[in-house]
Amino acid sequence: MDIFLQQIINGLVQGSIYALVALGYTMVYGIMGLINFAHGEVVMIGTLVTITVAGTLIKAGMPVALAALAGLTVSVLSCMALGWSLERIAYRPLRNAPRLTPLITAIGMSIVLQNLAMIVWGRNYMTFPPLLPKINFEFAGAHFTLIQVIIVLISGATMAGLLFLIYRTKLGMAMRATSQNPAVASLMGVNINRVIAAAFVIGSALGAVAGVMVGTYYEIAHYQMGFMLGLKAFTAAVLGGIGNLAGAMLGGVLLGIIEALGAGYIGDLTGGFLGSHYQDIFAFIVLIVVLMFKPSGLFGEKTGDRA
Amino acid sequence: MSKAMGEVLLEANAVAKHFGGVKALRDVSLTIRRGEVYGLIGPNGAGKTTFFNCMTGLYVPDGGGFMFNGTPLVADAPHQAAERGIARTFQNIRLFGNMTALENVMVGRHVRTKAGVVGAMLHTPATRNEEAAIRQRAIDLLHYVRIEDRAEDLAKNLSYGDQRRLEIARALATEPSLLCLDEPAAGMNATETEALRDLIEGIRRDGTTILLIEHDVKLVMGLCDRVAVLDYGALVIEDVPAVVQKDQRVIEAYLGA
Repeated sequence: MDIFLQQIINGLVQGSIYALVALGYTMVYGIMGLINFAHGEVVMIGTLVTITVAGTLIKAGMPVALAALAGLTVSVLSCMALGWSLERIAYRPLRNAPRLTPLITAIGMSIVLQNLAMIVWGRNYMTFPPLLPKINFEFAGAHFTLIQVIIVLISGATMAGLLFLIYRTKLGMAMRATSQNPAVASLMGVNINRVIAAAFVIGSALGAVAGVMVGTYYEIAHYQMGFMLGLKAFTAAVLGGIGNLAGAMLGGVLLGIIEALGAGYIGDLTGGFLGSHYQDIFAFIVLIVVLMFKPSGLFGEKTGDRA
Repeated sequence: MSKAMGEVLLEANAVAKHFGGVKALRDVSLTIRRGEVYGLIGPNGAGKTTFFNCMTGLYVPDGGGFMFNGTPLVADAPHQAAERGIARTFQNIRLFGNMTALENVMVGRHVRTKAGVVGAMLHTPATRNEEAAIRQRAIDLLHYVRIEDRAEDLAKNLSYGDQRRLEIARALATEPSLLCLDEPAAGMNATETEALRDLIEGIRRDGTTILLIEHDVKLVMGLCDRVAVLDYGALVIEDVPAVVQKDQRVIEAYLGA
């Protein structure tokens, strides 16, 4: 029972990170039907920027809390600029191209960004500066840390903010209108280019927050870290129903929990043949099962709309 | 709205549009004056909706162009036509089905309001005030088309007649100087059509010029100040209803059929 609760907690933490990244995929998909495969790399750059900024400031003697805040801010702003540029440079010229073209471009951008990061930050694993004190809690036999609590709280607050933006503001209304019918939204005076840019910018900001949390959690970062994280988050978005915000959030948390439980019990299941480092297979089993049996995901509408 | 009634609001000069070998519009020229209800009729496939689409920036004409309010109407994107003051409804209703009636109208306010992305994210007091004003204006418009009791219902759950009214409210939200209605009476019964006529007359009285595409000849002839007839993409005649009704070519092409 201890393991069970422990893995639920671990899964919730990991899952709330997936959820934040998945929102970036799902927002862009909902509005323009594109899977932005470079999104994982945006998250990676968010992490590496934080290492540089917060690391430098801490070395220069700034209090850790202040340095962490500065790192987060710079990271969010850089990622917003990066998301905006991606849309502007790579995707906007292909707006009317066949659907496969921007998809291939997205994969290309992902490779470009990885290599850029490799040139700037090098090939080695980098240590993430400790931004939060290590405090442990215990609850019903399960252990968790302050970092985990903060990750869940920040994810929750960020997602609440996003829901407010989408359902209570004019920009959000324009985004929803555009995702339902871009041509008509445009006739009503909605500037489609701006709405699409906003989806990229907001998605990237969420990605940056996720990137900082990943770094803080695992204390390590690398120019290829965005790839697997991106695939998992994409899986989470598909699980929830791609294009659906609530779906991405639920899909992220569920995927995190499935993975954590899988990692916790895989040894027992396979009689010790596979260890917990095989946890990745669970995410992709989920992806395959969803695509086979319910390709529209948990909350997805019938796929006809977007085809 | 300071300009006098009767002056030219929209001028189409030899507008042409073809799709492959099909000439959907053949050098159509016509003039809509401020304050009038202008009817555009013609058999199915005559090019009426194509004309609308060219004017509102959904299509780019292959020849000719439009003057609107004295300056060329260059619509690279439909939101620019909206900014210039042209709004429309659709033959096949195109509401945002999964948004409420109120939200549909609020989207229409976009073109006349400022606050951008940054304001929305920070939710500044200016943004909040603007959003409150947008909401109030949208509620007023729902009253205007008399569907205020459906404000919180999803657009897709409204009755057919109410959806038509909602489309008109949404178009009015952009504060157009020219409101284009694409077959607003299609599928309506006699009572609904009568109510629609009252609504259109009210909108005209309140100062908005109206371009009306309609199949219901009785409605068009009763409501419009001037009527243009299209047939096979070409303009047959443009005149007051009394003259149009008696024109031999029109009778052959359309009315007599």
